[in-house]
Amino acid sequence: MVNLAKVVAFSLLTIGFFAFFANFGIPEIKPAPPPVDEELDLSSMTMEGFVALGDRIFNGKGTCTLCHNPVGGRAPLLDDAAARIRERLRDPRYGGQAQTLEAYLRESMLEPSVFVVAGFGKAGTSDTESPMPVVSGGGIGMSEADISAVIAYLQDRWGLDITVEIPADVAEAQVAETSMAATPVRPLKSPQAAFTQFACTACHIFEEAGGQVGPNLSRIGAQRDREYLRRAILDPNADISDGFVPNLMPGTYAEQMYASELEMIVDYLAGLE
Amino acid sequence: MSNKRSGAWSGGFVLLVALLLAGAFALVYLDSGVAVAAEVSAAADTGVTYAPAPKLTADDYPRVDRFNGRVAVWLAAQMHLWFAAFVLAVPIFVFIIEAIGMRTRDKRYDDMAYEFIKVSITAYSITAIFGGLLVFFLTIFYPHLFQYLTTIFKESMVYYALLFFAESAALYIYYYGWHWLQGGFRKWVHLTVGLLLNAVGTTLMFLANAWATFMMSPAGVDRAGVFSGDTWAAIHNVLWNPLNIHRVLANIAFGGSIVGAYAAFKFLSSTVAKEKAHYDWMGYNANFIAICALLPLPFAGYYLTAEIYAYSQQMGITSMGGIFAWLFIIQAVLIGTLFLSANYYLWCGMGRSDGAERYNKYVKYLAIGIIGAFLVWFTPHTLVLTNEELKALGGPYHKYLGPLGIMPAKNMAVNMMIIFTTISFLIYRRANKIPIVSWVSQGNAVLYALFATGILNILFLGIYHGYFTNTVYKVASSIPQVLTTLTIIVASTVIDASMYKGAKQVAPLHWGRIPDRAQYALFLLAVAFTWLMGLMGYIRSGLRQHWHVKDIFRDASPDAFTPTLGYAANVVSIGTILFLTLLIFIFWLSQLAGQKTSSGDYWKAQEPW
Ligand code: HEC
Ligand code: HEC
Ligand code: HEM
Repeated sequence: MVNLAKVVAFSLLTIGFFAFFANFGIPEIKPAPPPVDEELDLSSMTMEGFVALGDRIFNGKGTCTLCHNPVGGRAPLLDDAAARIRERLRDPRYGGQAQTLEAYLRESMLEPSVFVVAGFGKAGTSDTESPMPVVSGGGIGMSEADISAVIAYLQDRWGLDITVEIPADVAEAQVAETSMAATPVRPLKSPQAAFTQFACTACHIFEEAGGQVGPNLSRIGAQRDREYLRRAILDPNADISDGFVPNLMPGTYAEQMYASELEMIVDYLAGLE
Repeated sequence: MSNKRSGAWSGGFVLLVALLLAGAFALVYLDSGVAVAAEVSAAADTGVTYAPAPKLTADDYPRVDRFNGRVAVWLAAQMHLWFAAFVLAVPIFVFIIEAIGMRTRDKRYDDMAYEFIKVSITAYSITAIFGGLLVFFLTIFYPHLFQYLTTIFKESMVYYALLFFAESAALYIYYYGWHWLQGGFRKWVHLTVGLLLNAVGTTLMFLANAWATFMMSPAGVDRAGVFSGDTWAAIHNVLWNPLNIHRVLANIAFGGSIVGAYAAFKFLSSTVAKEKAHYDWMGYNANFIAICALLPLPFAGYYLTAEIYAYSQQMGITSMGGIFAWLFIIQAVLIGTLFLSANYYLWCGMGRSDGAERYNKYVKYLAIGIIGAFLVWFTPHTLVLTNEELKALGGPYHKYLGPLGIMPAKNMAVNMMIIFTTISFLIYRRANKIPIVSWVSQGNAVLYALFATGILNILFLGIYHGYFTNTVYKVASSIPQVLTTLTIIVASTVIDASMYKGAKQVAPLHWGRIPDRAQYALFLLAVAFTWLMGLMGYIRSGLRQHWHVKDIFRDASPDAFTPTLGYAANVVSIGTILFLTLLIFIFWLSQLAGQKTSSGDYWKAQEPW
């Protein structure tokens, strides 16, 4: 019994020490409370107010400075990036859609992996995948209006003309946000998801279901090789299949699809025998 | 119980279990038919079958007056985790000891193994009780979260139940069949049951880990949380395997430390020299196994962290940069405690032999080395709290301590700590022996060279990559450093073992000749381990911040905030005390079976049959 008492006392002392250290040995810090969405009244907002909002988002909710700061070396600095960004748009590696600085900034936030600044990609992806989160995604949850505000803030900070407009009303911005959240993660991971996304099923039958505007593709792999299939998707008018007319199938897939999606679809079709 | 009776009983039990298993299989078979059909329909109209993660408000969380739901869930989960870890670790531990016993034909090992499997049975039911309690609290306080998770893991839950049956069956056969399955072939059958028990238990834990990691790095769902219908994708999320590895190792070390504490207590309580010797020997073996699992743990921990970074840089930075930076200081204190007490125990153990005096003079250098490494590890890394603080400090690193706080320095420190512990071991093993091979001096020279070049290599790699290259390469040194450490451990063990083959004993080894304070080192080990596990459970959950499922399913309850470290430490402390109390109870129960009290003339005398 004496031993038990000694051992219990010793254990309690040890636990007490750890608890004491955690309570008093290190500074008492109150973690930041979960972010609350600001009630925005955009209708009466001035451009200064909008820039100030962008500043708050950039340094707060947006968590931009977590990575874009001078000490960690984790992300390119955004202090005076205007000239650099104009160069990016001329970079032969640049494959995005942006023509203007504003569009580039928006794209950087919404589709970070479209262009990855050399040396900053995720390890092992040789700069094809960006570690930067999609800012409209759940983790940060910026709305269309938030993104515009950050762009306004950056343009103001770089001494440029502000090109964004204050969104007319919040409802619109909110709609944009929810439809954003509902769009599936790209690149798509399954052929079925791709058929839905690109509306192939509106015109083609796969696995017994679909429209009849185009040829039935249920056994397409038995007739066509991969080379042909790839061409049929990227350049539909290159070969016209018997009994159909040109210019019906959209010729825009080359721009809309990720390479991995195209290959996935071709693989899948080639396997339908 | 007569041998024959117990045999028949076990036979009946096996039959019962077989029936149960068959039934469960039939269930799974039927269910998988349903599941396949469901999958097809889900695939045909993608995404229609599953709803996105719900967007909740504070009102969606039931409240019970003066009852903190979060703390209830937290404690139930933590207690469940502790007991589960213990229940999984003991069979691993027992299996190893049983195998050693079979190999050395030393019955003492077998007896020790049996002494431990006894506690598993009670611990097992307590684990189940806390598991039930956790589900109960979750359904009460977080009904939507629980429902969302069960939708996703529905398919795997059948296997969970099945494994649970198999685990109970294997455990009962392993325990009750211990004396029945003895000798030759039967012993092998018994060991095989033990292996099965461990395989099932580990799989069970992996399934449970899937829930925890899914919440951190969700997979198999899209950005809105719509489930794709593929449960395996959800299970096999990015952090699943890193956590699996870390937990298996941590559980073994944890189990070893608890067993060590048990032996220590028995040692202190016994007055007979023979008993003292037995429990000293038991404590030594438990500590040995704990250290073997402890050595690779830091690497598994860094692997886990690296994967967290790779999955989400945001979450990675939160873990090392925000308030959790301070948590890693507390973690360093605990891990330092673990290493120091394990080493201290070894040094005290040198007193068991008369030959050890030759080595006593080295101990202080080892102590200095380990404490030095500990202090480097202890040095804060990034102490940024908010962006304001970042600006005020001008950077996340302290001006003078900064260079010691970065990762490469810590990598060096960890590797050093492990190498010094290896040396402690080496010295301990040598303490009572004199080698008889002809190449002693050459062998020693090789060992000196091995350790010296290894240590220099680790320091060079760390300093060069840490301070003379840019950020991207800073961690590049960790892999060659780890390889160096592993090479040292393996090579030194091999060389030393062949050098001391057939070595002469200086004097007989006196088991039981060890000071009482060494036993307290074993208690320290067990308490620190338990507390550390609780603390790390807090960071695992805390990293998600205000998310149930990171970035997908937001926690909208009033309790969504991250509690302060001090508060968390207090909850962990209460949990630790609860756990240790129950543990004492379990050990007390296990020895109750052997206790007899004379009933006097309570029973009426009867005619013989
Ligand atoms: C988790 C870290 C992280 C966070 C948080 C983050 N970024 Fe980034 N950002 C990066 C990295 C890494 C790059 C470079 C790779 C790339 O081009 O995608 C980058 C690139 C950029 C670029 C392109 C820079 C150039 O030179 O071309 C812009 C613009 C940008 N981020 C803006 C933002 C804004 C605005 C926010 C906050 C809403 C933000 N980032 C949050 C990591 C982050
Ligand atoms: C607006 C209707 C329409 C949509 C949408 C459409 N197609 Fe087509 N597709 C056609 C028509 C019409 C033809 C036949 C004429 C031709 O070859 O261009 C065709 C031809 C094809 C062929 C060649 C078949 C053959 O035997 O030569 C393939 C392969 C194909 N489509 C795949 C797809 C895929 C994959 C998608 C979705 C990414 C898609 N189509 C979307 C209308 C459509
Ligand atoms: C000697 C070094 C280490 C020891 C002894 C150790 C010990 C432990 C223990 C006992 C647990 C609880 C395991 C369980 O619940 O089954 C744990 C969990 C954890 N460890 Fe470590 N660890 C070490 C290194 C690290 C490092 C370096 C990191 C990261 C920087 C780390 C990160 C974690 C995390 C995030 C968890 C939470 C997992 C969970 O409980 O769900 N560990 N560790």
